[in-house]
Amino acid sequence: MSTVAETSITLTPEHDARPGASVRSRLQDALPKLVLAPSFAASVVFVYGFILWTIYLSFTNSKTFPSYAITGPRAYQRLWRWTFESDPPSSWYTSITNMGIFGFLYISICLALGLFLAILLDQKIRGEGMLRPIYLYPMALSFIVTGVAWKWFLDPGLGLEQTLHQWGWTSFHFDWIKNKDFVIYTVVIAGVWQASGFIMAMFLAGLRGIDGEIMKAAQIDGATTFQLYRRIVIPLLRPIFLSALIVLAHLAIKSYDLVVALTSGGPGGSAWLPSNFMYEYTFKRNEMAVGSASAVIMLMTITAIIVPYLYSELREKPR
Amino acid sequence: MSAVATPARQNTGGIRARTVNRIVIYGLLALFALFYLMPLFVMLVTSFKTMDEIQNGNMLALPQAPTFAPWIRAWSEVCSGLTCVGMKGYFWNSIKMVVPAVVISTLLGALNGYVLTKWRFRGATLVFGLMLFACFIPFQSVLLPMATILGSFGRFGVKLQNATGLTFGFGNPTVNLVFVHVVYGIGFTTLFFRNYYEAFPNELVKAAQIDGASFFQIFRRIMLPNSLPIIVVTVIYQFTNIWNDFLFASAYAGSGDVMPMTVALNNVVNTSTGVVEYNVNMAAAMIAALPTLLVYVLAGRYFVRGLMAGAVKG
Repeated sequence: MSTVAETSITLTPEHDARPGASVRSRLQDALPKLVLAPSFAASVVFVYGFILWTIYLSFTNSKTFPSYAITGPRAYQRLWRWTFESDPPSSWYTSITNMGIFGFLYISICLALGLFLAILLDQKIRGEGMLRPIYLYPMALSFIVTGVAWKWFLDPGLGLEQTLHQWGWTSFHFDWIKNKDFVIYTVVIAGVWQASGFIMAMFLAGLRGIDGEIMKAAQIDGATTFQLYRRIVIPLLRPIFLSALIVLAHLAIKSYDLVVALTSGGPGGSAWLPSNFMYEYTFKRNEMAVGSASAVIMLMTITAIIVPYLYSELREKPR
Repeated sequence: MSAVATPARQNTGGIRARTVNRIVIYGLLALFALFYLMPLFVMLVTSFKTMDEIQNGNMLALPQAPTFAPWIRAWSEVCSGLTCVGMKGYFWNSIKMVVPAVVISTLLGALNGYVLTKWRFRGATLVFGLMLFACFIPFQSVLLPMATILGSFGRFGVKLQNATGLTFGFGNPTVNLVFVHVVYGIGFTTLFFRNYYEAFPNELVKAAQIDGASFFQIFRRIMLPNSLPIIVVTVIYQFTNIWNDFLFASAYAGSGDVMPMTVALNNVVNTSTGVVEYNVNMAAAMIAALPTLLVYVLAGRYFVRGLMAGAVKG
């Protein structure tokens, strides 16, 4: 680990020979850290400090405005009670159930579809250069735009249903977006539409990185294409699966805009995710402590996924 | 997946199987292309139709008599809540927020990446790890404290105004959003530049140092001129993220004439006074989507690379 910083230290005696240079050279040595300091300080204050602040608020009795007298874990007790309140479902019950449904379907469909499309595109396709951007462009759109587009497309009176009726299929019925039991699945559809192309691009990059010799050797040994992919290619893509999983899990937990734009929360808040629950309780229902507690729970969930990943990514790199 | 012919199986009967396979593959790819294009296509054609045509025609049909009126209405007349001044003001709000936020966060990211790779110090990885984690937190966990702090910025601004006649930007919602996006964006920009500079030869930096070049001279003369690709990636990534942000925008500039584009669009679409003008709504959505789509069309390669860099750490 021979680094520039160390080299600069060995150069300092030269500077010290001149009077008054000592302060300047010391400043020179500290300069890199001084440059980094504001950014790091901002992270410490606005990320870690604010997280502590939110945790603190979750233990108070804050309603419309923050109150700073600790009143114990009442917000968590309420959330805990609501967790099991399924009939009629509490907003929190709906939010976390939706998170489970949405998270599971969104992640698994994006992974499956992404891999499938990447494998198809990897078959020496003519026009690949045209298809790839078509699959990927939704990622450039805002969730609000995606929501507006799909809201129109899924609206029974305007979109798909109406179109198929006009084409003569009058028995076709598709009103999930207005149905409180199914509205969360429309969020899955729009979410998959937006992110699956990106997952495809990740897998495609992985496929292109696989050594062609391995594939050739397996083919000479008489492996069928299916075997080739199942036994050799997919195991080699393991790191991509992990990265894609992390990206998707983190996108899923943060999803907020899509639910707002697509469903406005769904009939009776039936499309809420925990992020919507947090926003509504904090800013609309004046239950700041409960909102903070739900934010803390979201943070804990993401931390449990991300920290081991970041740790392994940053640690095991011998330089 | 078994629809792929391998050279090993190409005997006489295999050629026909291969042709069938190719047709299946191309068919599937075309089908998915339709799936991805459909919503954009519907949005686009609807935005050029008259209301009459929307109500009586087919969603997928091309406009019979294409009209720009919905776009003009969306740009300068459409109602967001009770104010009917079109999207143009909100569009500029977004521009005024995005440009400084992107420039500042990119510059800070470049400096941070430079320090973290070329001026390594004990604990540099830990510092970087802590900053990187900021990219992944759900912003809900910082939303409230930030609202409180921005509120006190506002009160400070009022005091400044009383004392000096100027607020110096304190309490201005656009300035607030720039601040927020810089703070929560430097994690990513630092990541991009750190990974890029990691591969940059240390020898060049050392040689310049021995020649007496200072910290900033090395950055300006050696690092920056060689950073064009990663600057493009970072700028595109930040531009897309900040332009598309809704959570911060709705929490800190959620009403009035200070709203950024995403919030205004959501309000326009959910404004329920009078007849819902779907064509105008779709035109408004297209206007909100155009800047990022344009960036994607012009520099898609860099866009993808940015997304990847955010996902796969080098």
